Amino acid sequence: MPAFNQSRSRVIQIVFAIVFIIIAAQLTNLQVFSKKYKLQAENNAIYRKVIYPDRGIIFDRKKRSLLENSIMFDLVVTPAETRGIDTLAICNLLDIDTAEYKRRMRDIIFKNTSVRPSVFEPLLSQELYARLNENMYKFPGFELSERSVRSYPFHIGANFLGYTAEVNPAFLAKHKDEGYEMGDYTGMTGLERTYEKVLMGQRGIKRYIKDNRSRIQGPYENGLFDTAAVAGKNLYLSLDAQLQALGEKLMTNKVGSIVAIDPNTGGILCMVSAPSYDPNYLTGSERSKHFNKLYKDPRLPLLNRAIYTTYSPGSTFKTVVGIVGLSEGVIDERFSIVCNGAFWGCGNGRPKCLDKGTFNLTSAIAHSDNTYFATVYKRILDQQRYGGADSALKVFNSYAYTFGLGHRLGIDLPGEQPGNIPVSAYYRKIFGKNWNSCNIISNAIGQGEVSTTVLQLANVMATIANKGWYYTPHMVDSIEGNEFDDLLNRFKEKHITDSNIPDTVYEAVQNGMQGVMEYGTGAAAQVPGIVVCGKTGTVQNFYHGIAQKDHAFFGAFAPRNHPKIAIAVLCENAGFGAQSAAPIASLMIEQYLKDSISEPDRKLKVDEIAKLNLIPARMKAEMNRLDSIKLKREEEEQNRQNIQEQLLDSTATETTEAILPNGIEQPFQTIPHQPIPQKKQSVTLVALLMPEHKKKKTFQFNG
Amino acid sequence: MAKNYSSTQNISSGIDWLVVAVYLILVSIGILCIFMVEYKPNTDVLATFINGKTNYSKQLIFAGVCLIAAIFILLTDSKIYTAFANLSYTFGIILMLATFVVGKSINGSKSWIPIGGGFNLQPAELCKIFTALALAKYLSRQETDFSKLKSQLIGGALALAPAILSVLQNETGLALVYLSFFIVMYREGLPPGLLIFGFSFGALVIATLIVDPNTLALTLTAIAILTIYFVRKQLKRNKQLLYLIIVLWALSVGIQRFAVPYIFNNVFQCYQSTRIYSMVGKDYDCSKNHHHSNSSKANYKPPRKPDDYNVRQSKIAIGSGGIFGKGFLKGTQTRGKYVPEQHTDFIFTSLGEAFGLVGSLLFLLIYLFLLFRIVIIAERQRSTFSRVYAYSVASILFFHIVVNVCMTIGLFPIIGIPLPLISYGGSSLLTFTILIFIMLRLDADRQMVLR
Repeated sequence: MPAFNQSRSRVIQIVFAIVFIIIAAQLTNLQVFSKKYKLQAENNAIYRKVIYPDRGIIFDRKKRSLLENSIMFDLVVTPAETRGIDTLAICNLLDIDTAEYKRRMRDIIFKNTSVRPSVFEPLLSQELYARLNENMYKFPGFELSERSVRSYPFHIGANFLGYTAEVNPAFLAKHKDEGYEMGDYTGMTGLERTYEKVLMGQRGIKRYIKDNRSRIQGPYENGLFDTAAVAGKNLYLSLDAQLQALGEKLMTNKVGSIVAIDPNTGGILCMVSAPSYDPNYLTGSERSKHFNKLYKDPRLPLLNRAIYTTYSPGSTFKTVVGIVGLSEGVIDERFSIVCNGAFWGCGNGRPKCLDKGTFNLTSAIAHSDNTYFATVYKRILDQQRYGGADSALKVFNSYAYTFGLGHRLGIDLPGEQPGNIPVSAYYRKIFGKNWNSCNIISNAIGQGEVSTTVLQLANVMATIANKGWYYTPHMVDSIEGNEFDDLLNRFKEKHITDSNIPDTVYEAVQNGMQGVMEYGTGAAAQVPGIVVCGKTGTVQNFYHGIAQKDHAFFGAFAPRNHPKIAIAVLCENAGFGAQSAAPIASLMIEQYLKDSISEPDRKLKVDEIAKLNLIPARMKAEMNRLDSIKLKREEEEQNRQNIQEQLLDSTATETTEAILPNGIEQPFQTIPHQPIPQKKQSVTLVALLMPEHKKKKTFQFNG
Repeated sequence: MAKNYSSTQNISSGIDWLVVAVYLILVSIGILCIFMVEYKPNTDVLATFINGKTNYSKQLIFAGVCLIAAIFILLTDSKIYTAFANLSYTFGIILMLATFVVGKSINGSKSWIPIGGGFNLQPAELCKIFTALALAKYLSRQETDFSKLKSQLIGGALALAPAILSVLQNETGLALVYLSFFIVMYREGLPPGLLIFGFSFGALVIATLIVDPNTLALTLTAIAILTIYFVRKQLKRNKQLLYLIIVLWALSVGIQRFAVPYIFNNVFQCYQSTRIYSMVGKDYDCSKNHHHSNSSKANYKPPRKPDDYNVRQSKIAIGSGGIFGKGFLKGTQTRGKYVPEQHTDFIFTSLGEAFGLVGSLLFLLIYLFLLFRIVIIAERQRSTFSRVYAYSVASILFFHIVVNVCMTIGLFPIIGIPLPLISYGGSSLLTFTILIFIMLRLDADRQMVLR
């Protein structure tokens, strides 16, 4: 009937089509031109999980691993899944109370939501792990998750290996773009820190699909976009683990350090800083407790004394003075001088000398004659051709710098100190612009303002052994793969002291150093069957302005022809160098060159020295004081508890209502004086942490 | 009547197999979409499909039931639809009225009747079929002259009666569907001006609520200028047309700038305005309301931001699909259950995410093809009853598809109506199956004149 309306079917079809075209346009807009939806979808639904690679291993020169990775377990909890568990039971297992449990849960939920797993108790002890593991099924929502931690099979090298620890907010702010996250571990000190990038490897990222409540649904795209974690690269040190172990043994109950260098390569053979600690002490569940203990130890075991502490080099510096004198031409090898008890060049009879007689360079080194080197030093600085002490000192210093003194050598460890080679500007401030060589004559014998690290001294020995060159001392000999080889390039660069110094100059000094061992001050430190060149040093020092017992210093290298080891030993406040530092050096050299100490009498010597207690008196006193404070505090705590218990007992026997007001007040009345050493102690600690090498500039004498 | 006899002998004769094929394709796509939404890796897919516990397996069972119903419909005699059209409509209205007495409230709308066994019946859903039949019956009466206003009003009343009941049940979405019958009535002779005016007014009011006033005013002005540009030749002959356009423009801007805000702020109470605004997904600022500002300013709380989580997630899911999509079962938003109600009202998002623009357009083309096919079927009918019924089917489908898809892509406020044949849900699937297969039954007898 209404056939006349037939055209309207066309209109209806057109309306259908137009509406569909509008929809298609909006779809195109959403799916092709609006990029934001893709991004929002990713933020919505993809959870990125960082996969931590194994940290690189550190090996010694004979491929023995100094540290390894071992597995420990964290107790991890997903709070949302813990409903209905026996809270008390898990508290008992962990030995915490329910209040603590609730506090931790609240913190975890606040920090990391209740649907994501967080660490409830990190680094479980073996025993706790065993206890938890067999009960785990009772606690849904809790699980044990593996974590790789360092372990140290030889228990050596704490000071240079360093430790890893959780990153703090300051670190994160500083290393914003390096992909660290809260909870990550990073190398904090030592090699762990220097080679962090090498050791950490490359993190992998796994992508998971998460749902609207952040629950993981499965891998995203079957792991198509995941990146694999690349294990950290291993480090191969030039260090000799046996030598290091011997060094640490010899240095027990002493304060000081040993550094041995392979003069041919600059590779560090051992680096002992004493007192040290077992590196395993700072891993695992009780790390923070142990760290605290070490941090408060008055002997400062966390300090790497080999590179951080600087000392006056003492007589060992005379070798440098001799070489500079020879190459400057102010003396020759036949030049000799008579010492009648003191150096009178400056008219005040200082410094004194111990052995009277006539000395040439060789015998002056052998007998460590002060007068001889004071004369040489004075002659260097008084040279007319430089027109004054200022420029002459500059010349002397430029020699010193080429021996690696007065600046950081650039070893691959953090915290190296530059030492000090004083410049004229410094003396102008003190003595005015007309200062002269006599003002600073104590530098000639390695006292005064000159200061060096033990590492620098070992490097001087290596330079003399090489007759005028050295490679920058370094721990790492090679790195697995060749990706990081450029890190080691600077250790392949030869530093030459001064090509103008002829070998004969070094021969003369070496003669003297050989003499030290054969008939001079270091005779006690001979190594059977090996020609050792050495030099003793006895360094006067002060702590807070009070004269302390001398530091014993010994530098040596061996064998004289084709030297293989250069070594410097320092024992703080150990007295005359020949009694401690020299025999330690000799045993070390023997160990390294002969691979063992076999003679019974030498073995005996090792034990004898290991037993020798040379802890400085002031540190002993401080330790005793801390111990007694601790003891006293414990006593007071015990006392307080006793009183409380008594009180509780007494209130229990009487009617609570009547006694209550008294019962509340009483503990405060009866408690003895609250222990107040807390404050006192912190003041002392600050003082103890101040650098030790601040010494008064005075004229000192030594032998 | 000999024709009738033969058709009962062979049900396949005269069936439009193309529509049947498209129907089967769409139902299959629907089950796959629900599967995509519910899929969990590491499960035995086959087992979950037949165990009847997952929604896609349930939908599969529903599809089986629908297939039986379809065959049953094809086996019936066309004449019963004309015979029972009015009766069924009366029955439907009674059912809808019954909800006010024995109704059960689901998701805030009291539009369901529990029928035992955990199943619920939504009369408004069924009433679509009954209304289509009743409207067809009325328009196909020999005494009906649809060019007369009286007939048009009766037709409109037939279509709107269930809609009004639906609104009273607080089920606005379904009520809107009944507006689609105006497309049918337009085909049967309703003056186009009325439709255009009605829809324009509705669109204008909604646009006023949604779009920024200044933007809308500028848009209206632009439309007026463009219209003048396109009809500039007629304007020379007919000056009145220009006046008409200007008056319409002034009226629109007037309504938009002054009338609607005035009514919402001064005539309606605060809560009424808030409800109407929230229907289009907007928040009404009660501090502007005249009644409100007179009463208590102290108790005023700033309005909460409208919760557009659903549509935002829906747009993210579709938008992240890109041109080619993320692939079957690879949609991260679908897997992560970010889109609420994804297996029912937002089922289109799973498709858009997995198959991207290309897949979405292909899917929409299938729908468009179905609609066009139904229009062709409608136009080849000899009897008005079949034609009107077929147009009703096309219009209902069209309305459902457009509102549902526009809702997921942010072109329309969120109204809970399902995507035909795709969304999970037995009653929706059954309704559309009955709608389509009655049409196919009638079409098979297209040579017959039914009244």
